[in-house]
Amino acid sequence: MNDWPARRDALITGLLEFMPKDCVLHEDETMRAYECDGLSMYRQLPGVVCLAETAFQVQAILRLCRRLQIPVVPRGAGTGLSGGALPHQQGLLLGLAKMNRILEIDVDNLCAVVQPGVCNLALSEATRPSGLYYAPDPSSQIACTIGGNVAENSGGIHCLKYGLTVHNVIGLKIATMDGELLEIGGKTLDTLGYDLLALLCGSEGLLGVVVEITVRLLPVPEQAQVVLAAFDEITKAGNAVADIIAAGIIPAGLEMMDQLAIRAAEDFVHANYPTQAAAILLCELDGANAEVSESIMRVRQLMLDAGAFEVHTAKDEAERVAFWKGRKAAFPAVGRIAADYYCMDGTIPRRHLAMVLTRITELSGEYGLSVANVFHAGDGNLHPLILFDANEQGQMQRAEALGQRILELCVEVGGTITGEHGVGMEKLNGMCTQFRPAELSQFHALKAAFDPSGLLNPGKAVPTLHRCAEFGAMHVHGGNLAHPELERF
Amino acid sequence: MGGISRIPSLKDSDVDQDLAADLQSQVKEAIAQRNSLAIVGGGSKGFLQSAQVETKLHLAGHAGIIDYEPSELFITARAGTPLAEIEAVLAERKQMLGCEPPHFGATATLGGSVACGFSGPRRPYAGSVRDHILGVKLLNGHGEILQFGGQVMKNVAGFDVSRLMVGARGTLGALLEITLKVLPLPELEQTLLFKCALADAPKRMSALARCSIPLSGLAWAEGHIFMRLAGSEAAIRAAHAQVGGEPAATGASFWQSLREQTHPFFNGSQPLWRLSAPLASKIDVPEGEVCMDWGGALRWWHTACPATEVEDMARSQGGHASLFRDQQPVLGAMPPAGLLSLHQRLKKSFDPHGLFNPGVLGLH
Repeated sequence: MNDWPARRDALITGLLEFMPKDCVLHEDETMRAYECDGLSMYRQLPGVVCLAETAFQVQAILRLCRRLQIPVVPRGAGTGLSGGALPHQQGLLLGLAKMNRILEIDVDNLCAVVQPGVCNLALSEATRPSGLYYAPDPSSQIACTIGGNVAENSGGIHCLKYGLTVHNVIGLKIATMDGELLEIGGKTLDTLGYDLLALLCGSEGLLGVVVEITVRLLPVPEQAQVVLAAFDEITKAGNAVADIIAAGIIPAGLEMMDQLAIRAAEDFVHANYPTQAAAILLCELDGANAEVSESIMRVRQLMLDAGAFEVHTAKDEAERVAFWKGRKAAFPAVGRIAADYYCMDGTIPRRHLAMVLTRITELSGEYGLSVANVFHAGDGNLHPLILFDANEQGQMQRAEALGQRILELCVEVGGTITGEHGVGMEKLNGMCTQFRPAELSQFHALKAAFDPSGLLNPGKAVPTLHRCAEFGAMHVHGGNLAHPELERF
Repeated sequence: MGGISRIPSLKDSDVDQDLAADLQSQVKEAIAQRNSLAIVGGGSKGFLQSAQVETKLHLAGHAGIIDYEPSELFITARAGTPLAEIEAVLAERKQMLGCEPPHFGATATLGGSVACGFSGPRRPYAGSVRDHILGVKLLNGHGEILQFGGQVMKNVAGFDVSRLMVGARGTLGALLEITLKVLPLPELEQTLLFKCALADAPKRMSALARCSIPLSGLAWAEGHIFMRLAGSEAAIRAAHAQVGGEPAATGASFWQSLREQTHPFFNGSQPLWRLSAPLASKIDVPEGEVCMDWGGALRWWHTACPATEVEDMARSQGGHASLFRDQQPVLGAMPPAGLLSLHQRLKKSFDPHGLFNPGVLGLH
């Protein structure tokens, strides 16, 4: 709309009526920190930034924006990897990181009540003295917030056994775009009526703004142990994964890295990885002492039977931590060997792993860009890291095009374009590949049931049919998009 | 999409049919005629009120297991597939539905079980029906066949419509196909008993749930806490040594009777209420009228108390109550007043003509 400057002034004036001055940012230099999330290739200065401190403020902010017809983009710690918190040029960026209090740790009822800005790891640290922890552990857990985890339905390395955020959230308070507060669930294991908790988890801030969360806590396992196995062929590692699951074992974590990722990680943190391996598997088992000891022996044997040339059980806690350090540092490690990298997030049925990795290698050659693969092998969530140099003319566009091809490949074999990072701004075109117009229309209708004005995080997560038509048309003419820098619909 | 392997022994049997196109035309016909439809599966849950309309949409014939990949931990089947058939096929491969959905009758179908969303005793430790949903194919109120989710464990593309269907009792659309995550059968299960008065049970069960032991069930009935452990023999032995308890010879049949409500407790003559509560919250009702599942988080109460009294009591503890069985079929877990208008808008977004199951869950 062309009256933006006037509405912006009205927004700032309106906010300052009930917000402390230091919570309303509108100068370019103070807003700079909010211009992108973890996907830094997309940047946009917001119209205004407001940092909420209470649920009551969130409601008032939304009411004001609703009245002024100003879009609102909610943001937690800004660690998201799909541009879900990318600001709107003529919108309000609503920061929730200041709402960072743990309101209650209810040991008897095995749950905790937190504000949305509580850091994921801080929650488990606070509950650990009571022998309890919060299971979902995304790699960004030292920084990411529980509110952001709800918006993205975040996973982590333990989700095969312990589930995603949706499996661990039992209550939510959300503010709607009208400023109404809705209470859904609580300290119970289910809710009356529709399962709105399931719908809100992973809704990427399009349906409501989360202002309070009740999560389940689990007893800290008595024991955790990890096995590292090295293979000379990726197929053998893939078979080992299938054999472990088929044997009735559900590992707490089951991770695979390919050679490029292994070497990068080893150079970076010296985790004592076998760098000559084509692939390594890390398999963690947790639970009671007796069960873990037994299962470790079975897993070792299954790995050897599948053709591992080296199997190594961590001899103590220090070595276990070292094994994981290499895996957790895989992204930054790859960041050291390339100027830039682009992290993909497809999920595939595991049985197609070898085929998909072979195809990725071919595509990598075709586009002239290296790809390192890190894989949540237990649940099929693949993270190809595309190495490129943004300073080299055309490389970023090539990386994006290669990424799109990899996601299409995931859909082709029966998988999905995003396992845990969300759609955000990044995978809108991928959504056109995965869903047909009828499903996309259903998503839009569902969003309108929560947010009829369409002001909450507009333009994210679900593409317009128009955009898909345009994308499809261009797509037919070959993989490379013309003028990919242009915003389309 | 080549290369999807199938288990040869799971070829669709003669009775299995794909009626999707036929069901779709029935829905389109209903739209044209401005008719409503009552969705009918196996008819095993007659204690729940169904839609009081003439025209039925029968799902039971739309049956058959479409894909089952034990090493990928999922099964895809048509909605009319008998639950018993799915469980038998999984058991052959030493797997199970972790949510232990109750059948409440031999004719229970997968679609009906998912639409009702009831979960058995394993629910707090292995997850609920909705926790195990990976994807669905459904018919919406426009007569469109839509597909959400898939066969993989992690999938955050688009809103989670698949899980929204669980417990919606067909008010948002007719489920055609469902993909569920499956779990390995435990190597061994053992039930242990602790004598315990009702008033002390929530706190004691909470203490047990906080131990690092392989729980797969925790209930209170017959003046005892029943604790089920699942895992290897060594793990169960170690847990038993840690927390004690008397081994129960009839453990398996107890859990079965709790899951299917065939335990004598459920023969009570008063209306049966279902209370969902914070697991350790106190319970202040006569001992003979109640039993508890889900480690205390699910409480069954036979009482003639007026509905408002039961609901207020549940609310005062931070929980909620719904009438589960009575002389007449019951409405079930209707949405709370504060969320009613959102429910109505959601229903409209899937079913704009109010086609499916009018009146069910109190929604039109």
